[in-house]
This record gives sequence, structure tokens and C-alpha cells, in this order.
Amino acid sequence: MLNPVAAIGRAVLSACREVGALVLFALEALSHLLRPPFYARQFLRHLAEIAYFSLPVVALTAIFTGMVLALQSYTGFVRFNAEGAVANVVVLSITRELGPVIASLMVAGRIGASFAAEIGTMRVTDQIDALTTLSTNPMKYLVTPRLLAGVIALPFLVAVADILGVMGGWLIGTTKLGFNSAGYLKATLDFLEVIDVVSGLVKAAVFGFVITLMGCWCGYYSKGGAQGVGAATTMAVVSSSILILALDYVLTEMFFAQ
Amino acid sequence: MDTKAHVDGVPKIRLRGLSKAFGDKKVLDGVDLDIRAGHGMVILGGSGSGKSVTIKCILGLIQPDAGTIEIDGRDVLAMGRREREELNDRIGMLFQNGALFDSLPVWENVCFKLLAQKRITRGAARDKAAEVLAQVGLAASVGDLSPAELSGGMQKRVGLARAIAAQPDIIFFDEPTTGLDPIMGAVIDGLIVDVVKRLGATAVSITHDMASARRIGDDAAMIHRGKIVWTGAAAALGNTGNPLVDQFARGEREGPIQMELRR
Repeated sequence: MLNPVAAIGRAVLSACREVGALVLFALEALSHLLRPPFYARQFLRHLAEIAYFSLPVVALTAIFTGMVLALQSYTGFVRFNAEGAVANVVVLSITRELGPVIASLMVAGRIGASFAAEIGTMRVTDQIDALTTLSTNPMKYLVTPRLLAGVIALPFLVAVADILGVMGGWLIGTTKLGFNSAGYLKATLDFLEVIDVVSGLVKAAVFGFVITLMGCWCGYYSKGGAQGVGAATTMAVVSSSILILALDYVLTEMFFAQ
Repeated sequence: MDTKAHVDGVPKIRLRGLSKAFGDKKVLDGVDLDIRAGHGMVILGGSGSGKSVTIKCILGLIQPDAGTIEIDGRDVLAMGRREREELNDRIGMLFQNGALFDSLPVWENVCFKLLAQKRITRGAARDKAAEVLAQVGLAASVGDLSPAELSGGMQKRVGLARAIAAQPDIIFFDEPTTGLDPIMGAVIDGLIVDVVKRLGATAVSITHDMASARRIGDDAAMIHRGKIVWTGAAAALGNTGNPLVDQFARGEREGPIQMELRR
């Protein structure tokens, strides 16, 4: 007869094993940051892949998010004659939450999947074993440069998303909702504090680490040919998206809890 | 039966009691094997017999559960990370599917080890790649292609060029002719014999292609159910007097291997 307590215990132990293995994987990758050789070309390639080639998708989502936010908040605030707070709400929402979270979710879909698929394919076609036989540590060559690139690229993307998101709100505010352009921008800048931007950028760095870590982890341990690589890709996107939302709450608590 | 090749002095590679299990499945069950320096050893065996796992244990890609692996008399399993990396500098490997790096052009694949260890500049690596590609019968212009643009035979040649670029003294070949037509298979075998002779290297190959085994091997060993059941001259394959080996070498349906499967 199935013992439900034993089944739960096995699941918990299995989850603990996975988390432990993931932490060890991350620590090993980070330990290579300080030990030569350094693969600068790999780092620059991934930095360009994340920061430059993700710009269009991040920019578009940020602009539309800012536009929608201005429109929705106006619709709500006008009922209480508080429409003057639209600029404040847009800038706070974008810099603290929506900029980092939406940009990171976009990058998770693009880069997390790409890393998992590339490393997973390398695993199932013996390319990772080939690295070892060519006297190259696969963790140092494949994982460490990606993690570093993710941690650096995401704050840059979020800074761009913050600016474009606010501009999206300004665009709708001035062209559709009847706000004065200078007044909208003044309200935005007056209300914005350094911590709002800094918290968003710190979140972005953490999310960048999570996205690249999950992409590398899922790809590195994928098995079973094309199906295994597909499963690893899905797992990388789903797990990093959930972690982004969960860590967003934790980081918000850290920065803004009263 | 004698399961060790007769070696004068210290063998290049010595395996003793090598065992490895994955879960309940015992893949290697006490493998004993000596491989002579400067000679070609071919390890034969059916699918799942443990050939690839044996090679992966020697290369350090899989940690065996028990046993010893010695290269030039030194215990490989007791080596530290740096020592192991130094040993890997002297080893080349041709993977079954080439295992070329998709993200790099052919010339960077060929000189990967030299570039990674900064033993060569990128400019010099292009010239070096052209030189090594010529040794495996490929034009220098192939160096600018990506691996995806190459045929199966060309990928094997590039894999061979990558394996020999750093002039190793031990080279492993995993099914070097699998997936190739007979003529291309013979060409690859000829290249393997040439480069191994030129480098004075020790070659260890795993294959179930008998024609290839006779062409590239001086010695041969057969692994069956995780144990070495025979070693001898590769030229004797098919007429060894060992029913397991002879059945396998002749590709006969009837014999002890099939009978065991039916049981």
C-alpha cells in the first residue's frame, strides 16, 4: 500500500537534493570568476547576445507597458479626481516593478531558452565531453561567462526599459490624456527617488543571474536527445520565470518593507 | 584465458579491475587491459558491452566505482586537477559524431586546445589549422566554414585534425568509421594510421567495424558483458579460436553471443 507520508518525504528529499545540486553548480561557476584562464571572447559574445540583441523586444514591451499603465491608471484615478498622480504611478511602477520584471521575463524567454538549448545540444552531442578532452573546464568555458554577462546585461536592459516605459506613459499622457508635457515630466522627476531606480537595477542583476543560471543548469544536465533538450528548454524558461516573480517579492520586502 | 596483452616493461595504459555500474546495471565488471606504447589497440564489443564507458573512464569523463587506471605508470585516479589537466594536454580524442563546436568555425575547432591554453595567437592559429587540415586531406578554405556546412566524412576529418593539432601522444577514436560509406571509412582509417605513425602516438580505438579494426589496429581486445574476454593481434580477428570473438568478427548469427541473448 502506498504510504503518502513516505511519498511526501521522498519528494521533499528529492527537492532538497536538486536545490543543493543547483547551489553547488552556481558556487562552482562563481569560483571560476577569480581563477584564470578567463574567456573574454565568450563573455563578450554572451554580453552582446543578451544586452544588444534583446534590446528590441525589451524596448517594445517597456514602451507598451508604460502606455497601458498611463491609460489604466488615468481611468481609475479620474473617478477620484486624482488624475494628477498618473505620472507618479507610472514612474514608480516602471522603475520599481514592471521595468525589471517585464524585461527579465522577456529575457528569460529569449536567453534562458537559448542557453538551455545550446548547452543541452552540446551535452547530447558530446561537445561538453570534447571540451574536457581539450583541457578546457566546461563550467569555466560555458557557464561562468554567461552568468557574468547576465548579471551585467540585465541592469543595462532595465535602465533602458525604465526610460522607455516612462516615455511611453508620457506619450499617452500628453497626446491622449491631455497632460502638459513639461508638467508631466516635472511630476515624474520630482516624485522619483534614487532608491526606486537602484532597487530596480539590483533586482535586474539578481534576475540576470537567475535566468542565466537556470538556462545553463537545465542545459548542462539535459539528456535523451532532442526530446531532452526540448524539456530542458521549457524547464529553463518556466523555472526562471517563477523564480523571477518569487524573488521580486523577496527583494521588494527587503527594499521597501516598512 | 589470457586477457592481458603481453607488454615488455611498463605499458602506456594499464587497467586493473575497472568496474562501473549505473544504478543496478553493471557495465564494467573488473576490466584488465594493457595497451602498448606506440601501438594501435582496438577494443571490440557489441552495443552496451562497455567499450565507450571504458574509454570515458580513461579520459576522466566518468569516475569508475573500483579499479585502477595507470598511464605511463602513474595512477590517473589519484591525480589532482592540475595533474589531470596536464595529462589531458597529451591526449587527443576523435568522437563518434565529431563533436565539433557549432558556434566556432572549423579553424577555431581545429586549434581549440592551442587557443584555449594561449599557446598560439589567433593569427597563427589560422595558419596552423590550414597545416593540420592539409594533413587530413582538407583544403585550407574549409577552415572558414562552420561545422554545419560539412558532410559527415569532412566532420570526421576535422575531428581528427582537432585531435592531432596539439600533437598528443595518446589518441582515442570512438567508432571512427560509423556513419560513413565504405570508401570514406577506408580513407579515414588510412588517415588515422598515417597520423598515428607520424606522431609516434599510442592509439586506442573502439569499433564494431571489423574491416576498420584490422586496418587501424596492431592489437585487439574484446569486451563482453563488462569484462575483457580476449586480447591478441588484430590481424587474427576471425581466426582467434575464441568462439565469442570469432562469431563477433565474422558477424555470424549463430554462436555463443546469440545463444546467451536467447536464454
